[in-house]
Amino acid sequence: MSTTTTPSEQGAETETEPLSLVEAVRDGLAGELARDDSVVVLGEDVGTNGGVFRATEHLQDEFGPQRVIDTPLAESAIVGSSIGLALSGMRPVAEMQFMGFASPAYDQLVSHAARMRSRTHGQYTLPMVVRMPYGGGISAPEHHSESREAAYVHEPGLKVVTPSTPTDAKGLIAAAIRDPDPVIVLEPKRLYRAFREDVPTESYTTPIGEASIRREGEDLSLFTWGSSTQPALAVADELAAERGIEVEVVDLRSLSPLDIETITDSVRKTGRAVVVHEAPKTAGVGAEIVATINEEALYSLEAPVTRVTGLDAPVPLHSLEDFYLPQALRIREGVLETVEA
Amino acid sequence: MSTHDDPKPTHRPQPTGQRDAEETASPPEDMVQVLSTDGEILPGAERPNLSDEQLLEMYEELVLARRFDERATGLQRQGRISTYAPMAGQEGSQVATSFALEDEDWLVPTYRDHAAKHAHGRSYASLLSHLRGYREGYAVPDDVNALPEYIPIGTQVPQAMGLAWGFSMQGEHDRAVLCHFGDGATSTGDFHEGLNFAGVYDVPAIFVCNNNQWAISMPVEAQTASETIVQKAAAYGIEGVRVDGTDPLAVYAVTRAAVRKAKHPAEGERRPTLIESCQYRLGPHSTADDPSAYRDEDDASGWEERDPVERLERYLYREEILDDETAESIKDDVEDCLELAVERAEAVETDPGRIVEHVYEEPTDRLREQLSDLAELRERHGDEAFGEVGE
Repeated sequence: MSTTTTPSEQGAETETEPLSLVEAVRDGLAGELARDDSVVVLGEDVGTNGGVFRATEHLQDEFGPQRVIDTPLAESAIVGSSIGLALSGMRPVAEMQFMGFASPAYDQLVSHAARMRSRTHGQYTLPMVVRMPYGGGISAPEHHSESREAAYVHEPGLKVVTPSTPTDAKGLIAAAIRDPDPVIVLEPKRLYRAFREDVPTESYTTPIGEASIRREGEDLSLFTWGSSTQPALAVADELAAERGIEVEVVDLRSLSPLDIETITDSVRKTGRAVVVHEAPKTAGVGAEIVATINEEALYSLEAPVTRVTGLDAPVPLHSLEDFYLPQALRIREGVLETVEA
Repeated sequence: MSTHDDPKPTHRPQPTGQRDAEETASPPEDMVQVLSTDGEILPGAERPNLSDEQLLEMYEELVLARRFDERATGLQRQGRISTYAPMAGQEGSQVATSFALEDEDWLVPTYRDHAAKHAHGRSYASLLSHLRGYREGYAVPDDVNALPEYIPIGTQVPQAMGLAWGFSMQGEHDRAVLCHFGDGATSTGDFHEGLNFAGVYDVPAIFVCNNNQWAISMPVEAQTASETIVQKAAAYGIEGVRVDGTDPLAVYAVTRAAVRKAKHPAEGERRPTLIESCQYRLGPHSTADDPSAYRDEDDASGWEERDPVERLERYLYREEILDDETAESIKDDVEDCLELAVERAEAVETDPGRIVEHVYEEPTDRLREQLSDLAELRERHGDEAFGEVGE
């Protein structure tokens, strides 16, 4: 990362404004567009329309059509041309309208973006960002609810981050744009407007590669990210109030690189762990976390690690979506099973 | 996507609407030419603005390319380099397109564009070194504006477009980007997406389709139902030019015009150009390919006499720019140059630790750990042990 700044110390007179997660994304983009002339935002409907989720609303009015660019409908060319833009000295921020539509760009991401630095022996680098709204829970049509983070996490050369709060959304967007390597920002669309939070108005970055402990606890570590963080926190509060079980909720924020230290420290403290994610169970990022715990902290474990995940099936249409997603009920069952094991 | 590692095809596809084989073989006539196959300036054509010295340089580059091709094929047969994609028959177009570029222009090449890369400033030693399995060979010297070769088919087209787009966004109007690809690439989505973007954003790019008539075993007639490749330019609102790719002077002239237009378009003129450079791949797709499985030897009839090296040579002799003595000395220089390139490539050394280098600007903790595990294993067992095949 070129520069890392964090929001001013709590309590100091930091100016804040209440923002939803999608407004914080927009605020982060606006901050970087203003800060660095080489930043451009491009994608389908990001300009005049302000994005289908309004994540880029008014940015074109503010920065002009040369900086906030509506492109033809072509995911591979949006990412492919972003690679060229980055090579020319720009800092492109490409939007995939939905993660489920990013597949045509996958070749550009893994065959080229991920390895431009290593195959040229460090000569050419790609400071580029690809934003993808991901996940379900908004009753969207087919192909609009996917969580394919594991595919990108598996690719050396890419970084993958996902915020679960407005504050982190703004900070991670800024960090991703300033990062010298290609970064994929997964935005949990279910949380875009779920709640507001006081977000510092100043510019700051949230460090890539550092997890955030959202709730301290002694009895069990719950590892999650993005859209599953809020239900996980709700379950933790419930179990503490009802049964005195103190769950430590760790929001990974950065899926690549993973904050292995925070993961293993937490397991050493609690002795029990649950991983929660929306993506299918098989070969999901949860498997990586369980394997890491096995390698680094097996002898601290008092019970097998449980995974609470989406099913190994395409995301169903919305009438059945609640049965697919790891909602509070399944998270609660997973935690109790692990605590009682 | 096809790569040079593709298995040998077992049949020749016969889609409906395919024209017959005889038509496949003969070179198209409706294309820009400057030289006759005998090396005479054709009526109505003129010698491009190149001095005698530059013409000799171009010739030497062609002779070097032809000999590099033979030498590299030989090195592959001896196991000294890995799979190689020969360019015999295509050197004229490669060299002439690069001659039309200036140093500040960018080259986006494929795995077959060895001569294009060399003519734009890459050394043959560095090209051989990646063929010897050293990633160091992909590192392009800082003073050469070229990307390393693209192996997947067509993916470079939107990237080249983006590079040109970025230059125009930053007001660097003195840079053009020249992107190579083959006839097979025109079937990919990236070709269409890239050209569409190029037209929409009017970027300073030249897209050169090296139509060598074959995408491994697939003749161009089976690749597209379009009469020509160049007509596809119309769909994207950009200019298309069809040129005889075995006529170095014609290729130079049309590319030079396209480069000029990319950087300094006249009123109402659009920057991007699609050039269809009609050539013939005289050899196999790669050293792992056997063309006798899918084409007859006389498929090349009409093309063999269009050898680009001989065509320019005939012209230079006719104009008395070249004589036997100069030709001899060029041949000697070429041999010396290749000797040195092979020697340098074979002297390149690497270290297993470099596998994890440059994945990110800063290695991750996990990468550092993996590197130290590897170092420990090497220390304990020696590097020899890594080459041993398990029971």
